[in-house]
Amino acid sequence: MTVLDHRHHTSVPGWRPGATAPRTDPAPLLPDASPVRVLGTPALEKYDPALLRELYRRLVVGRRYNQQATVLTKQGRLAVYPASTGQEACQVAAAMVLGAGDWLFPSYRDTLAVVSRGVDPLEALTLLRGNAHTGYDPRATRTAPLCTPLATQAPHAVGLAHAARLSAEPVVALAMLGDGGTSEGDFHEALNFAAVLQAPVVFLVQNNGYAISVPLTQQSAAPSLAHKAVGYGMPGRLVDGNDAPAVHAVLGEAVERARCGGGPTLVEALTYRLEAHTNADDATRYREDEEVAAWREHDPVLLMERHLRGAGLLDDLLVRQASEEAEALAARMRAEFHSDAELDPMSLFAHVYAEPTPQLREQAAQLAAELAAELAAEAEVQH
Amino acid sequence: MSTATPVRTSTMAQALNAALRDAMREDRSVHVLGEDVGALGGVFRITDGLTAEFGRDRCLDTPLAEAGILGTAIGMAMYGLRPVVEMQFDAFAYPAMEQLVSHVAKMRNRTAGKLPLPITIRIPYGGGIGGVEHHSDSSEAYYAQTPGLHVVTPATVGDAYGLLRASIASDDPVVFLEPKRLYWGKDSLDPAAPVEPIGRAVLRRTGSSAVLITYGPSLPVCLEAAEAAKAEGWDLAVLDLRTLVPFDDETVCRVVRSLGRAVVVHEASGFGGTGAEIAARVTERCFHHLAAPVLRVTGFDIPYPPPMLEHHHLPGVDRILDAVARLQWED
Repeated sequence: MTVLDHRHHTSVPGWRPGATAPRTDPAPLLPDASPVRVLGTPALEKYDPALLRELYRRLVVGRRYNQQATVLTKQGRLAVYPASTGQEACQVAAAMVLGAGDWLFPSYRDTLAVVSRGVDPLEALTLLRGNAHTGYDPRATRTAPLCTPLATQAPHAVGLAHAARLSAEPVVALAMLGDGGTSEGDFHEALNFAAVLQAPVVFLVQNNGYAISVPLTQQSAAPSLAHKAVGYGMPGRLVDGNDAPAVHAVLGEAVERARCGGGPTLVEALTYRLEAHTNADDATRYREDEEVAAWREHDPVLLMERHLRGAGLLDDLLVRQASEEAEALAARMRAEFHSDAELDPMSLFAHVYAEPTPQLREQAAQLAAELAAELAAEAEVQH
Repeated sequence: MSTATPVRTSTMAQALNAALRDAMREDRSVHVLGEDVGALGGVFRITDGLTAEFGRDRCLDTPLAEAGILGTAIGMAMYGLRPVVEMQFDAFAYPAMEQLVSHVAKMRNRTAGKLPLPITIRIPYGGGIGGVEHHSDSSEAYYAQTPGLHVVTPATVGDAYGLLRASIASDDPVVFLEPKRLYWGKDSLDPAAPVEPIGRAVLRRTGSSAVLITYGPSLPVCLEAAEAAKAEGWDLAVLDLRTLVPFDDETVCRVVRSLGRAVVVHEASGFGGTGAEIAARVTERCFHHLAAPVLRVTGFDIPYPPPMLEHHHLPGVDRILDAVARLQWED
């Protein structure tokens, strides 16, 4: 019998492709056939009015935050601001579904989620102001630093959630990503690790249709980004990302499922970035005005106000209160960023290692000498 | 160190295994993760028996994805664990480069000290074992060029144990480069010996003519060269750096100043390599003590060659002695 002669084999090993049943029935993992919606549906009646009003309040304040930060870039007060204008429903819902002990892993466009989580609005902008890489204490706020390299924070969320599960603490991690980020290898590796480890983590993909200028059709040929979940063995959910109660409900379910040992979930929220990628971008080069105008009609803040008023859950007083809170925040941002922050150049060497290396001590001494020489020269001129 | 293994003869591989085991026994936050580290004990058996003793959660076989492994370790460290990551081979660690450079090395800095990452990344490195391509890279310069990382590479059985313990105990991330061709070399191991701190070079052989400055897999070659040099009338010192970052300028400069002649020896390609940095540092600091330029003996600036040809690439005794001969003895 030669190696190639299979005639004498009556059975083949069970590992060959197709020989074994799927380990998980894929049907329950498939995403919703159409995006989950709450606003404008009978489902709205089942929601706690207090929750709906809180979502509305956060949306209004969040929109103003985005607008004011964008203005600050035009005044040179922020180095850059990737606005989440139009994506506020995802931003505030992501923050609201997490408990105090849970962790948020935001990307660079998720400053508003960080603020909505309770981080000081000015500290959250430190990175984008350019005076430090992170302005808040990640451990105290359970909020990872804003992550710029796409999807690279997703495996961190998995690792943290895995560690929490090992210590039997009911902690959930939520990682925020964009449609472009789903093309990155780290996205794939994070979802695969999360499913294999059954880590209590939720991945929120805010699909705003563009990775800077490249449309989703050139990013992925998947039926939906939520369908990617099935390949990893976790459920995928599809939600209208501009419908705040819907995003809150879908994320909330995923977080509680993770907390109860149900493993990870991938949530795709369909939304739109009403502003350009950043203040340095020109969105008219890659998308039509008609498209933007259509999405302005599906604005998450307007939708919320229209439907809550229609349901009798919102009156002029609540609208005015939210607006006043938003204006107060904007005024605080303008006042704070009007002046330059006091920065200590010697802090450059403070946190490279637990203890500075001999080489860094030498370099710090060099910088200190340069600073002293500058001061002396200034004093000379004044004298 | 009451839990430590008693003094015995050990290979470097066994010493590394003992260091992991003792660290895991003493500190429940130490977790090992990587490819094949569980039932197999790693392809070099460095994690042999750890899953059996500590369970699969503490010594975890991960999916086969290096960025995912290191990224997951980052999250574990953020939660308070002390992960030890095994990269299976030097060249297999490259997918993790972004996690290493953009996050592991920077997290302490970008959070103003709030999120230190006490992660040890063990990487078997270097050639000389007859490995086919992608199994023999010397990647230390990539890591040494990245601020925020410590880069440690033992060359002896004792240092393999002591420096791995020190690396795991460090609150900073450590790239721990294991010279894989020395894995099977035997020596006496005393785990109770004081743990050497990271960042100190050690003189392995005293000499009066010149010093060979080296580390990791090239140490035995340099010791052999020093022995052979006696016949030529040279009495060579051999300095083992042990740590590339932080660099022990103090010890290196003291030895060079006393001897006036130095050759740096490493397997990695020379251009832009650690040898270039060492030669520059020594020249900047010891210029008036030098009787000759600091020379480098390194691998050629070529992709790592196939195993049948690697002996032409690796610095050997003859190439080292040729360099020593060029140290301007006529002056």
